[in-house]
Amino acid sequence: MKNIFLFIQNYFTLLCFLALQIFCIVMLSRNSLTHEAFFASAANEVTGKINKQFDNFYSYFRLTEINRQLTAENVMLRNELQSNFIVPDSSRKTVIDSLSKDSLNRYRKFHYLPARVVGSTVTLQTNYLTLERGSLQGVKKGMSVVSPQGIVGVVNEVSDNYCRVMSLLHRNSKVSAMLKKDFNAGSIEWDGVDPSYLTLKNISKGAQVKKGDSIVTSNYSANYPAKIMIGTVADFTIDPTSNFYTLKVKTATNFFNLQYVYIIENVRYTEQITLENKKIKANE
Amino acid sequence: MNSVVKNIVRFILFISLQVFVLNNIPPLHQFIIPYLYFLYILWLPFNINRFLLLLVGFALGITLDYFSGTPGLHAAPCVLIAFFRPFLLNLLIPQETTEQSYIEPSIKSMGWAPYSLYVFLLTFCHHFYLVLIEWLQFGNFLYFLGKVIATTVISLLLIFVSEMLFFRKARFRTNA
Repeated sequence: MKNIFLFIQNYFTLLCFLALQIFCIVMLSRNSLTHEAFFASAANEVTGKINKQFDNFYSYFRLTEINRQLTAENVMLRNELQSNFIVPDSSRKTVIDSLSKDSLNRYRKFHYLPARVVGSTVTLQTNYLTLERGSLQGVKKGMSVVSPQGIVGVVNEVSDNYCRVMSLLHRNSKVSAMLKKDFNAGSIEWDGVDPSYLTLKNISKGAQVKKGDSIVTSNYSANYPAKIMIGTVADFTIDPTSNFYTLKVKTATNFFNLQYVYIIENVRYTEQITLENKKIKANE
Repeated sequence: MNSVVKNIVRFILFISLQVFVLNNIPPLHQFIIPYLYFLYILWLPFNINRFLLLLVGFALGITLDYFSGTPGLHAAPCVLIAFFRPFLLNLLIPQETTEQSYIEPSIKSMGWAPYSLYVFLLTFCHHFYLVLIEWLQFGNFLYFLGKVIATTVISLLLIFVSEMLFFRKARFRTNA
């Protein structure tokens, strides 16, 4: 017994060092596996507040760019106004009633919640954004995030007033995408090299791909609405050993100057995910 | 200024510099992330308790981690260099003369060559371990090598610049 105490006394620093190292590694591995770190929510609240102070100050320098983006978005929205489309007398065009409830039992599937970006990284291998909107304002885990130009990422950590978004520029992010013109679906990933380019894998060689083709979100994804812009094809390689294209996609979103984004709530998200994750019983 | 107060102020300054300035620099290349915050550990006083040193290193790393959303990634290398620091200092400085007369490691208190070696070795340890942890998650050997070398060079450059900019008066410890 005495020897044990002597040992601990002699190697106290070494033991502390080892204990702290193990603690760090465990935290890191738990975090990257489940995205649920030890007291992460509380720390998120504090760092979010500090980030907000910094962003309040920094946003003045970016007002020009925000104005440009808002104008561009306004132009796009004005172009879609009903009054721009004149219905000829012999019209066969059916005007679809977009009320949330009508006689056909339409239901609303997606809600858009605006949010302000108060923190973001692009230089790491695992990039996150912090938004100033949390569970008290209706944000939940798994909601998707889009910017005026294209998709941004998925919410993976929520505190009372802030949430943390795993950006598309994260080595573990994976989004189901398709070619806009012929609906060939594949999955978008990031190779960690250049924040302006993504990789689209598993597009079959039957598809007619050209440079400049638009890539949009597919209808197979539970959190993103279908046909939201992701980017355009910048380059593609044909791998003779497989049946698939690997496309290099230029992102539509500019991750360097994100200011305001929309969080999209899929009302039936839980229902879909529960069904998809249900274990298939054999022989039944 | 009191040494404790001075080090707390320094802690806040180093963390805010790393989070709000260096982490916001647009990426020049996939290998290059400018790191400077760990210089705080190198600048701590000579006579700090070794256990306290480990705790301070851990606190520094974990604070940065919660800003960048990777709990444990920077804390582990910080604890590592905090652990190595006393051994390296014991090797590098002549025991009787300097350790008793100066407060913290600097060019003046240790001399050009030992101080550079001290900074280089700890910087390299920090980046090697940091990138190793990152690499175990993603895996690409060329990426590993390139990133260790590039970040070490950039950090050394930054440390050199900050040594030139903030010339710390190497104060003598008084016996009174």
